[in-house]
Amino acid sequence: MSDVAHADGHHDVHEGTGIDNRKLGMWVFLSSEFMFFGALISNYMLFKGRDYSAFMPTGQSVLLPRGLYDIPFTSVSSFVLLMSSLTMVLAHDALVSGDQNRTRVWLAATGMLGSVFIGGQVFEFTEFVQQGMTISSNPAASAFFMLTGFHGAHVFFGILMLLSLYGISKRQGGLTEVQGLNVELVGLYWHFVDIIWIVIFTIVYLIP
Amino acid sequence: MATTASRSGARTIFRRPDSNTGFWGWITTADHKKIGIMYGYTAFTFFILGGLEALLLRIQLSQPDNVFLSASEYNAMFTMHGTTMIFLFVMPVSAAFFNYLLPLMIGARDVAFPRMNAVSYWIFVFGGIFLYSSFVFGTTGPPEGGNLAEVASRLGSGPNGGWFGYAPNSGLRFSTGTVMDYWSIGLQILGLASLISSINFIVTVFNMRAKGMKLLRMPVFVWMTTVVAFLLLFSLPIIAVALFMITFDRNVGTLFFDPSMGGDPILWQHFFWLFGHPEVYILVLPAMGIVSEVLPTFSRKPLFGYPAVVFAGAAIGFMGFGVWAHHMFASGVTPITQAAFGLSTMAIAIPTGIKIFNWIGTIWGGKIKLNTPMLFSLGFVGMFVIGGLSGVTHSIVPADWQQTDTYYIVAHFHYVLFGGAIFGLFSGLYYWFPKLTGRMYSETLGKLHFWVFFVGFNLTFGPMHWLGLNGMVRRTWVYAEETGLGPWNMVVTIGAFIIALGVLIFMINWTWSKRNGPIAPFDPWDARTLEWTLPSPTPEYNFAVNPVITSLDDFWHKKYSEDADGRPVRRPEATALLAEYEEVGLNPPEPIHLPNPSYYPFLVGVGMPMVGYGLIYDNTAWGIPLLILGAVTIVGSFIGWGVEPLEEPHADHHSDEPDHEHPGTDGEDS
Ligand code: HEM
Ligand SMILES: [Cu+2]
Repeated sequence: MSDVAHADGHHDVHEGTGIDNRKLGMWVFLSSEFMFFGALISNYMLFKGRDYSAFMPTGQSVLLPRGLYDIPFTSVSSFVLLMSSLTMVLAHDALVSGDQNRTRVWLAATGMLGSVFIGGQVFEFTEFVQQGMTISSNPAASAFFMLTGFHGAHVFFGILMLLSLYGISKRQGGLTEVQGLNVELVGLYWHFVDIIWIVIFTIVYLIP
Repeated sequence: MATTASRSGARTIFRRPDSNTGFWGWITTADHKKIGIMYGYTAFTFFILGGLEALLLRIQLSQPDNVFLSASEYNAMFTMHGTTMIFLFVMPVSAAFFNYLLPLMIGARDVAFPRMNAVSYWIFVFGGIFLYSSFVFGTTGPPEGGNLAEVASRLGSGPNGGWFGYAPNSGLRFSTGTVMDYWSIGLQILGLASLISSINFIVTVFNMRAKGMKLLRMPVFVWMTTVVAFLLLFSLPIIAVALFMITFDRNVGTLFFDPSMGGDPILWQHFFWLFGHPEVYILVLPAMGIVSEVLPTFSRKPLFGYPAVVFAGAAIGFMGFGVWAHHMFASGVTPITQAAFGLSTMAIAIPTGIKIFNWIGTIWGGKIKLNTPMLFSLGFVGMFVIGGLSGVTHSIVPADWQQTDTYYIVAHFHYVLFGGAIFGLFSGLYYWFPKLTGRMYSETLGKLHFWVFFVGFNLTFGPMHWLGLNGMVRRTWVYAEETGLGPWNMVVTIGAFIIALGVLIFMINWTWSKRNGPIAPFDPWDARTLEWTLPSPTPEYNFAVNPVITSLDDFWHKKYSEDADGRPVRRPEATALLAEYEEVGLNPPEPIHLPNPSYYPFLVGVGMPMVGYGLIYDNTAWGIPLLILGAVTIVGSFIGWGVEPLEEPHADHHSDEPDHEHPGTDGEDS
């Protein structure tokens, strides 16, 4: 992530925002992600309320996502994901106070919590499929799997990034001040993914 | 000298490339100017391909009841023609301008993320190759006869669902075979490239401007680039979702666009045009930016109403997101929707009108020099006005019902995209030719090119208006003798070949002048913007001394003051000043370090088509392995990249000065 033009950084004068290039880049990227999830969510909202009974073979009933949710289960896994935002903050805190070991521990904890969340999602998906709702059952189910699946993929990439940070922290020199910004960047991404989940959870699971 | 051991031993997989020249110099470069040039040549290659496809279309349509192409060949040709012109020519050639010029115009040594820039280029290249490889590997079903059928049956065929890929046509039910998978995955890859570069440009504009370059002192071209980058940023995710949906429908079994299972084909159109309408501004705003630089230079007057041009550009950008359904008046959307989108569409003509007014105001009373760039810019304004007017007629819903899917529409969007965007882009190619190559092009050939283009263009697309109003239907490969449409169609086809002749003249001019043209001074047009303070061709480090800006058109004001009537008067010290620019530009007072070349951007690009083929052929033995190999290549490259510092001491061409203080980006200087 050291892809920043610093050509002659020590005597370049710029008229800029004062925000580091990489951080601004991450913000800009996330604003685009916002549109991405916006499209996925509206897609789900569009399909969730429709009546698909006319398209079913006779004698079969329509299995919709909202008929199958286990809200307590998902609430717990959502809580786990929320906690991972906290540990991410703690990781950054530890880095600022110069404690490499503690940083590493909190980074690992964040990754673990993220993995637990993904595990929960995998369990939930298999559960749904066993009850008969697959990605090809009806468009609402398709939209549900697509939306939550893409969110899961984002969490997965976040975990990959956390792993790389962990790896870097083991190297000689470890997470230096400049790499510290990397922790901040991954943090921004991680919090974004969390916030999006809260929106998804509210819209998909809680609102009838 | 640099010690190889300390470099490769440290932590990279490959020995870092350290040469900026030769073949690998181009492959591994992170220099925004080289990347810009590569963007330009690659895009132009695709322009030739798209043009050949257009000629094949026109040969087929030149006479009634023609059997030159079969129906499915025709479908493939117009699909790939539209897709190529939009995604593989106009967008990337605009990106070529952005890449080359943006840092120069804002007084920066590079873009914010130099290697990211290379990544977006390589993803674009490999995405384009992937898309075109469908002609070799893709399948559409059994061949149907026609001249290309033999080849097609052996080699498969191109995507055939239109550049708009309307569902359910592009779904599995009506498009068996793999060609539409190539289309949807190919566009996804190309979109990724644009997304990366739009982030890069936004950060560059907001963070890398030279001291004193306030936002409202940026050249209009930079402004239009910024608007385009934001349009891409917000519209690409929408088409990405839509493309994922169609890809999943075809390969995973989702039901989004399958009406027989409760899916919703109109949703495709909403998503597509929510992206597609902003897209037309993505195509035309860069050209508007170019024209706004060229007209003042050759009229020897400042741009009339600079803030109005800037704000109109931004307004067009915003409003572009609110008018998409005017592409769907004939798709069964409600009357209220139609009225709302009709009105919002008419409203968007206002900022566009402001711009045209400002361009005319710029020319008005100027001392006009009719060089080739100026001719093309004037051509742009004229053709764009015609295209804009026929566009307004579409916002009237009943008229649109009559015109839609006829050649009237084809005429309209070619006036906007060819007469507008392409004329503007050619204007830019001639205007900045000296800066790129250090030589002057041949003015005679340039003017010849313009006039051939101009005549051919109007001969091609003018008659299409009345062909359309007389009922010639779009996207049909054949029409009957009795319609009486034959003669005008022959004219149109002849026009298309005249256009091709124009392109040929351009290519001759370019290749000849690049080598043999007279040596260009560094400010041949007596221009206004910063890039003209640099020697031609631009040195690798751009600015020998970081510029400081005190006004809009700073360079111009250093050369000219005004007399009592507001006419420009050359300052007495201008000549000495210019000589100094040239002298210093060629001999920077101190060594300048630049980002090093890298293999990783190229490798990221290589991984993309692997993933694409893997997805398409996931039901064969080698699909999944290829998918995994591609993913590993991409992720591995990013990891390699993550641990590779942007610059390494001694690894650049200033290695003879090892003591120069030098900040490594991750603090690991050795
Ligand atoms: C030599 C110049 C050109 C000729 C003769 C030409 C001709 C044509 C023809 C005959 C069609 C098919 C219309 C149909 O069957 O629906 C077409 C479609 C199209 N053209 Fe061009 N064209 C030219 C240049 C361009 C350029 C420069 C652009 C864009 C920048 C462009 C964009 C398109 C698009 C978007 C379509 C619609 C494709 C579709 O319906 O899928 N064309 N053109
Ligand atoms: Cu539109």
